[in-house]
Amino acid sequence: MSDMTLKGATVTAAEAASRSAVLKRLRLTDTIFHGLTRVAALAVLVLLSGVIIALVIGAAPALGTFGFSFLFDESWNPVTEKFGALAPIYGTLVTSAIAMLIAVPVGLMIAFFLTELCPMVLRRPIGIAIELLAGIPSIIYGIWGLFVFAPFLQQYVQPFLIDAFGSIPVLSTLFQGPPYGIGMLTAGLILAIMVLPFVTSISRDVFDAVPPVLKEAAYGVGCTTWEVFRYVVLPFTRVGVIGGFMLGLGRALGETMAVTFVIGNAHHVSASLFAPGTTISASIANEFTEAVGDIYTSSLVALGLILFFITFIVLAIARYMLMRLQQRVG
Amino acid sequence: MTNTTIATASSPLYSGRRRRNAIAKTLAWIATAFGLGWLILILGVLLYQGIGGLSLSVFTEMTPPPGAAGGLLNAIVGSLIITVLAVLIGTPIGILAGTYLAEYGRHDKLSSVVRFINDILLSAPSIVIGLFVYEIMVAPMGHFSGWAGAVALAVIVIPVVVRTTEDMLTLVPDTLREAAASIGLPRALMIMRIAYRAARAGIVTGILLAVARISGETAPLLFTALNNQFFSVNMSQPMPSLPVVIFQFALSPYEEWQKLAWTGALLITITVLALSVIARSLTASRKSS
Repeated sequence: MSDMTLKGATVTAAEAASRSAVLKRLRLTDTIFHGLTRVAALAVLVLLSGVIIALVIGAAPALGTFGFSFLFDESWNPVTEKFGALAPIYGTLVTSAIAMLIAVPVGLMIAFFLTELCPMVLRRPIGIAIELLAGIPSIIYGIWGLFVFAPFLQQYVQPFLIDAFGSIPVLSTLFQGPPYGIGMLTAGLILAIMVLPFVTSISRDVFDAVPPVLKEAAYGVGCTTWEVFRYVVLPFTRVGVIGGFMLGLGRALGETMAVTFVIGNAHHVSASLFAPGTTISASIANEFTEAVGDIYTSSLVALGLILFFITFIVLAIARYMLMRLQQRVG
Repeated sequence: MTNTTIATASSPLYSGRRRRNAIAKTLAWIATAFGLGWLILILGVLLYQGIGGLSLSVFTEMTPPPGAAGGLLNAIVGSLIITVLAVLIGTPIGILAGTYLAEYGRHDKLSSVVRFINDILLSAPSIVIGLFVYEIMVAPMGHFSGWAGAVALAVIVIPVVVRTTEDMLTLVPDTLREAAASIGLPRALMIMRIAYRAARAGIVTGILLAVARISGETAPLLFTALNNQFFSVNMSQPMPSLPVVIFQFALSPYEEWQKLAWTGALLITITVLALSVIARSLTASRKSS
C-alpha cells in the first residue's frame, strides 16, 4: 500500500491489474496449502478410526460366534474351530507384569543416577547409550533371547530358582515344572530389558524438569541426595513418572517379535512361570499366515482388537498424566 | 540447652540417614551398570555371531534353500524398496500434518485431538498396524504384496514425522514469522520459505528416526509383504524383507539359515544405530550453533 502512495499517479492500470493477479495467486497458494495441511491432520484421525473400524469388521465373525465368552475361554482348537482369548490375554498380562516389576525400579534408579549422581562428562554418553538400547529393533532382542538368553536361563537360572523356591508353598507353584528355557519368565525378562530404556529416558526427562530452586532449598535444609530425590523430586514429578511407566507398559503389552521367539506359543494358562505360554501379539505373529478358515483368521483379528483396546487405554492414561505434568511445569 | 538435643554427625539419626543415602547411591550405580551391561552384551553377541558370516556373498547371492550357502541380496533389496516407498508415502503426510499442528491450528480444538491421537498411534502395537493393512489391502486384493508392506510401514512413519515436524516448527522463533508477515509474505510462503528452512535439520532428523524405526520392523510385514524366496521388484507380489527373513531363518533348524539370520541382524542393527547417531548429530550441531 505504501508503495502505491509513494509512486502516486505513476501506477498505471496495467500495473494494478498485474499486482492484483499476483495477490490473487498468493491468496490461492495460501488457501491450498492451508487446506492441504488440514487434510493431512485429518488423515491422522482417519487413520486411527480406520484401524479401529477395520479390526472391528475383521473380528465380527469370531465375536459373533463366541460372544462374550471369547474373553474367558481357554480353548484354542483350529480343528474344531473353537477359540478363546484367555490364554493369550493371561500371557500378555503376566509377561508385561514381570517386565514392569523389573524395569520400573531399575529404570528409576538409573534416572536417579543420571540426574543426581553422574559426573557431568558421562551424563550425555550414558544417556545416549540408554537411548540406543531403545532403538535396537525388537527382532534383535528376539534372536538374542532365543540363542543366548534362553539357554543361559535354562542351564543356570531356572534350576537355581527351582532349588531355591521349590519348598516354599506359594513360590513353588510359580517356579515348577522342567526348565525349558523358553516360556513366560524368559519373555518377561526380555521385555524388561526392552522397556527399561523407555522408563529410564522418560523418567530422566521428567526429573530434569524439576525447578532447581526446589532441590536447592531441600539441600539447604540439610537433606541428603537420596532424601532430595525421594521427598522432593519424586513427589513433584509423580504424575509424569507414572505416565512414563504407562508408556513403557503400552510398549510391553504390544511387543511382538522379542516375545514370539521365546514364549513357546502354547495356548495354556499355567501358574508356573517356566511353562511355555503365548501372548496376544505372539499368537497373531505365529499363526496368522497359517490360519485356515474365516473363524480362525477372525479370532486372531479379534485378539488384535483386544490388544489395541488394552494398549489404547494404557497409552491414553500415559499421555493424560504426562500432559498434566507439563501443564504444572510449563 | 545441652548438646544432646542437637543431632550431631555421630548421632544415630544422622548416621542412619547417611547410610540410607549411601545404599541408594550404590543401588543407582548398580542399576546403571546393569542397564548398560545389557547393551554391551547384546551388541557383543551380535558382533561375535554376525561378523563371521559377513562376506561379499551376503550382498551378491539370493537367500538359499535349506542346507545350502547363499546370501541376503533379495531380502536387502526388498527391504530397501519397501522402506523407501514407505518414507515417500508417509513423509509428505506427516510433514503437512505437523505443519498444521504447529502453524495453522496451534491452539485449536482439532489440533489437540490430532496431537493426542498421533501420540497413541506413535506407540500403538505394530502388529495391529499389520492386521489393519491386511484387512484393507491384502484381503480385498486377495494376495500379499510389497505395496501392502510399504503402506503398513508408512502408517508407522506418519506419527513419528508429525511429532518431530511439529516440535521443530514450534522451536522456530515467532519473530521470524512476524518479520515475514510484516513484509507482506502470505502464510503459506512464510512457512515454506522461512519456517521450513529454519527447522530443516530437525525435520530431517525426524525422517531419519522414522527410517531407523521402520528398518527393523518385522511384525507389520509378516502378513502384508509376507516373504519371497526369490528376487523380486514387483510391488504387487509378495516381497522379501530383511527382518522377515531373519525371523524365518532364526526359527529354522538349519545351521546355514541361522547363521544368515545373525548376519542379517547385525546388518539391521548397524543401519539403525548409524541412522540414530546421524540423526542425533544433526540436531546436536544445530543446538550448538
